[in-house]
Amino acid sequence: MSAKAEIEIIEAYCKGCSICVEFCPTKVLEMDAFVVRVANADACIACNQCELRCPDFAIKVHKLS
Amino acid sequence: MAYDYEKSIRPGKLPHIWCPGCGHGIVMKGLIRAIDSCGLQKNETAIVSGIGCASRLPGYMDFNTLHTAHGRAAAFATGIKMARPDMKVICCGGDGDGAAIGGNHFIHACRRNIDMTYVLMNNFIYGMTGGQFSSSTPTGDKASTTPYGNPDPAFDLAKLAIGAGATFVARTTAFHATQIDKLIAEGIKHKGMAIIEVLDDCPTTYGRRNKFRSVVDMMKRLKDIAVPVTAAAKMTPEQLEGKILTGVLHKEDRPEYCEQYAKVIERAQGV
Repeated sequence: MSAKAEIEIIEAYCKGCSICVEFCPTKVLEMDAFVVRVANADACIACNQCELRCPDFAIKVHKLS
Repeated sequence: MAYDYEKSIRPGKLPHIWCPGCGHGIVMKGLIRAIDSCGLQKNETAIVSGIGCASRLPGYMDFNTLHTAHGRAAAFATGIKMARPDMKVICCGGDGDGAAIGGNHFIHACRRNIDMTYVLMNNFIYGMTGGQFSSSTPTGDKASTTPYGNPDPAFDLAKLAIGAGATFVARTTAFHATQIDKLIAEGIKHKGMAIIEVLDDCPTTYGRRNKFRSVVDMMKRLKDIAVPVTAAAKMTPEQLEGKILTGVLHKEDRPEYCEQYAKVIERAQGV
């Protein structure tokens, strides 16, 4: 399956709350030493849930056309 | 392209001061999207707050902003709206600021039905000052000043606003991120006092005292207790036990305060 979006993570803003990891329906993200990282980019369905619920403005979901 | 939040945020202000997992950031994102969807320009919008964690929000927003005395956001916002009725005035604040210390200003702003939007972030606690219980802390819950459980019943802030006379009252949670901007946008478009209560999470001073193991647990609880008003109409009182209704809870048309005051001026001048 190919990725529907490219996820940009601004590590300087991430505080490691892991809300995005928990509520990602396809388990794209994972925690790595209190900072989120993209673990499974191909599974992204561009649902935008991680960006909407990131309280720290640390995730941007760039949809691929 | 991803949504550009930073066009509405003062340069260099991020990362913000809120704790890891605090829902205020989610509400701020919703507010930015709502202002954007209503097409409000920066110079025609004023964002006003009192004191507290939630009241830090206007400091990040690149609009006309005012950070005022504790609980007095509605009073200062009333002043702005009376002086400049053409401006869109948005108040932000928490439950401790808006509904406990500023409870009086809050209910009287509702009673007057002045045209403003009040985003009330209810995290059930006074976060910034060290986790004291507020008027919306649920009965039995622990705070720094109620270590054996809170004996007081909590305010239902939406019902308080309806009872006080607000003409648009809605509620959502920090979990329901897309509903936040829809309801705030509806509130901004409403002519009159619009209260949008957003149930929020405070992992630092509320969650850790009340057996929430993580911020994710708090978000899941917000998801579980929220029931849309439309779905609640088909549910029994037993099924609704412990649930909180979300969506537009009240909407009515009533004369708006600035317009009524303009008529008073006309009468006094004998026009």
